Amino acid sequence: MCGSDKILGEIRALILVGGYGTRLRPLTLSRPKPLVEFANKPILMHQIEALVEAGVTQVILAVSYRADDMEKELKEQVSKLGVSLTFSHETEPLGTAGPLALARELLNTNSEPFFVLNSDVICDFPFKELAKYHKSHGKEGTIVVTKVEEPSKYGVVVYKENGQIESFVEKPQEFISNKINAGMYILNPSVLNRIELRPMSIEKEVFPFMAQDGQLYAMDLQGFWMDVGQPKDFLTGMCLYLNSLRQKNSDKLHDGTGVVGNVLIDPTAKIGKGCRIGPNVTIGPDVVIEDGACIKRSTILRGACVRQHAWLDGCIVGWRSVVGRWVRMENCTVLGEDVIVKDELYVNGGQVLPHKSIALSVPEPQIIM
Amino acid sequence: MLKAVILIGGPQKGTRFRPLSLDTPKPLFPIAGLPLIQHHIAACAKLQECKEILIIGSYTTTQLAQFVNDMQKEYHVIIRYLQEFTPLGTGGGLYHFRDQIRAGNPSAFFLLNGDVCAAFPLKELWTFHEERPSALVTIMGTEATRQQSIYYGCMVREASTKAVTHYVEKPNTYVSTLINCGVYVCSLQVFQTMAEAFQRKQDGFYSANGQNSPHPGYMSWEQDVLAPLAGTNKLYAMQVTNWWSQVKTAGSAIYANRHYLELHRPKQPATPPCHILPDVFLHPTATVDSTAVIGPNVSIGAGVTIKAGVRIKESIVLNNATIHEHALVMYSVVGQDASVGEWSRVEGTPSDPDPNKPFAKMDNQPLFNSDGRLNPSITILGAGVVVPAETILLNSIVLPHKHLTRSFKHEIIL
Repeated sequence: MCGSDKILGEIRALILVGGYGTRLRPLTLSRPKPLVEFANKPILMHQIEALVEAGVTQVILAVSYRADDMEKELKEQVSKLGVSLTFSHETEPLGTAGPLALARELLNTNSEPFFVLNSDVICDFPFKELAKYHKSHGKEGTIVVTKVEEPSKYGVVVYKENGQIESFVEKPQEFISNKINAGMYILNPSVLNRIELRPMSIEKEVFPFMAQDGQLYAMDLQGFWMDVGQPKDFLTGMCLYLNSLRQKNSDKLHDGTGVVGNVLIDPTAKIGKGCRIGPNVTIGPDVVIEDGACIKRSTILRGACVRQHAWLDGCIVGWRSVVGRWVRMENCTVLGEDVIVKDELYVNGGQVLPHKSIALSVPEPQIIM
Repeated sequence: MLKAVILIGGPQKGTRFRPLSLDTPKPLFPIAGLPLIQHHIAACAKLQECKEILIIGSYTTTQLAQFVNDMQKEYHVIIRYLQEFTPLGTGGGLYHFRDQIRAGNPSAFFLLNGDVCAAFPLKELWTFHEERPSALVTIMGTEATRQQSIYYGCMVREASTKAVTHYVEKPNTYVSTLINCGVYVCSLQVFQTMAEAFQRKQDGFYSANGQNSPHPGYMSWEQDVLAPLAGTNKLYAMQVTNWWSQVKTAGSAIYANRHYLELHRPKQPATPPCHILPDVFLHPTATVDSTAVIGPNVSIGAGVTIKAGVRIKESIVLNNATIHEHALVMYSVVGQDASVGEWSRVEGTPSDPDPNKPFAKMDNQPLFNSDGRLNPSITILGAGVVVPAETILLNSIVLPHKHLTRSFKHEIIL
């Protein structure tokens, strides 16, 4: 009955963009988090492209801040994909469930189920499989779950062999399950009846009751998954993402002299002589890497410049920033937009706010205002 | 005819200069490309009248033989090393070799401590001494801050005659900001005064059954000779304003290096091998890639190899060391035959005198602070140390022949 993609054709998706993205500061002081480029593409575009791939035709963005910037920039990119983009503005933060109530009109237009996802998630998005699986069990909702090594830090999902969820346990002290909510769901419009227009948590105030009623199923995610909402995880997620590109034999990865392991380089970037780039590096458009630089496990954003003989490991270099000659940066250093790090400095775990010029070394992790 | 005496002490002194003194006797440690006491020898040899230089210490003759030989050839002046049979103190050694100093009847002799660095104005000092016929000893003095003066020999002078009326070595409380630089000119009659001091020391030694002194011949030049001479119109002090510093700790080597380089302004080759920011001493046998950037205040020893894209500043690189591609070395001493890997960073913290305080000297800080933590200092790589590629070594001291495998910060690596 569900053999044709045409049935999926009417599916809508709601992305929970939410607030200020403070965890990804200082990058999010210059750009809303969904527009920060992850592997040379805005985080949100990874999700929208995957949704379009699964036949989604309408994407609703639940936003509470800087919506104008985002609207301008995204509308253009999204229109090429043949999908309509609707903004649902929260006047106050409504949590993870409230935005669904706010967009009730849009989600209720037909009886087809719709996708909901957190905007920080990067993985091999399984939307097609999710829709199929959801149809197959016929209940109100399905959530994607992913395996983690240390479940005691999270809320875990306990479910039967057939996928039916029994309960959610917050930060379990004794091992009970290693599956956690991956922040991606497919829900029937009937779920809207369980949600009120107020700040409300979908994880705590909606899903447990659906589980009680036997209306919620879990689907296992294959492959990698990462919440890239903070710098450390952003870099870890990038490594996983590049590795996944490698496994798919993607021609996007860069090869050549001086390139080690999985490296993504925008064609407009310039790489000097005698450099060593990689493993796990993303270099954005218009970036200049001068001669003799060494970059590992880092993201260099659009228009930045890494000067001669610099050495970077575990860094995010913000848009149009300049890293001086013989600079050493490591340990999750994040430069905001248009930061200048003078020659020969050492920056260890520095979080540098935009438009700052650094003239002294930062030997221990700290925030540079 | 004049003579000069350089007091260099022995291996049991200068421990604060470790680990640099583990491989090379401290007096031979190169500062601005020359062994520490070669700067003294050069200053003495510049004076026509100075016919002989005597080096007194308790290092073995073999440790000094090659150096003395080299110096003889270079400066065409008689240079001899006189080894004390046992450490006799600053005065004891001098008195022990009095006949060697008096031989040939020089009209005066210079006395220089081996561990000071300065522009030695020996000619002026001698003239000053000559102008005061009653002077047995003239001390070169310099101004220090009130707080730091008590770590030195402090002098009070009679304003018009410049006679020293009071001398006290390392007082507990403030005495005077005029301090002893460890550079003197002495008349031969000083040995009579020393004979009396020697007699007093010997009497004291035997009456105390040897309990108050390690040896009957032990004598301190400062405490047993200079202090009693104060107030007798036989001791004078000439104040100088040029740069002067002691070399006690390893950290002071970088500071002294900078000032000796500035003083001597080593001539740059007509076609420098790479981008040089003066002042830099580059040994002619060093191999330097054209893309390296060196200076300011760097001394590069013989046989050193500097690869492409290397940056070195405020540092001393000793013989036959190798600095690999893209590495950065700053405020550090790289030992003989040591190796710094590519994209590595070897960085220390300068321990210069407070530039905002006039007359401030090096604080010869101890290695550890009161919490037992290593004080930030220059980074030192002992001889043969290997720093792997892409690591950082910050404010650390690595003892000789250690092969590191990771980064270190604020550590002593045995």
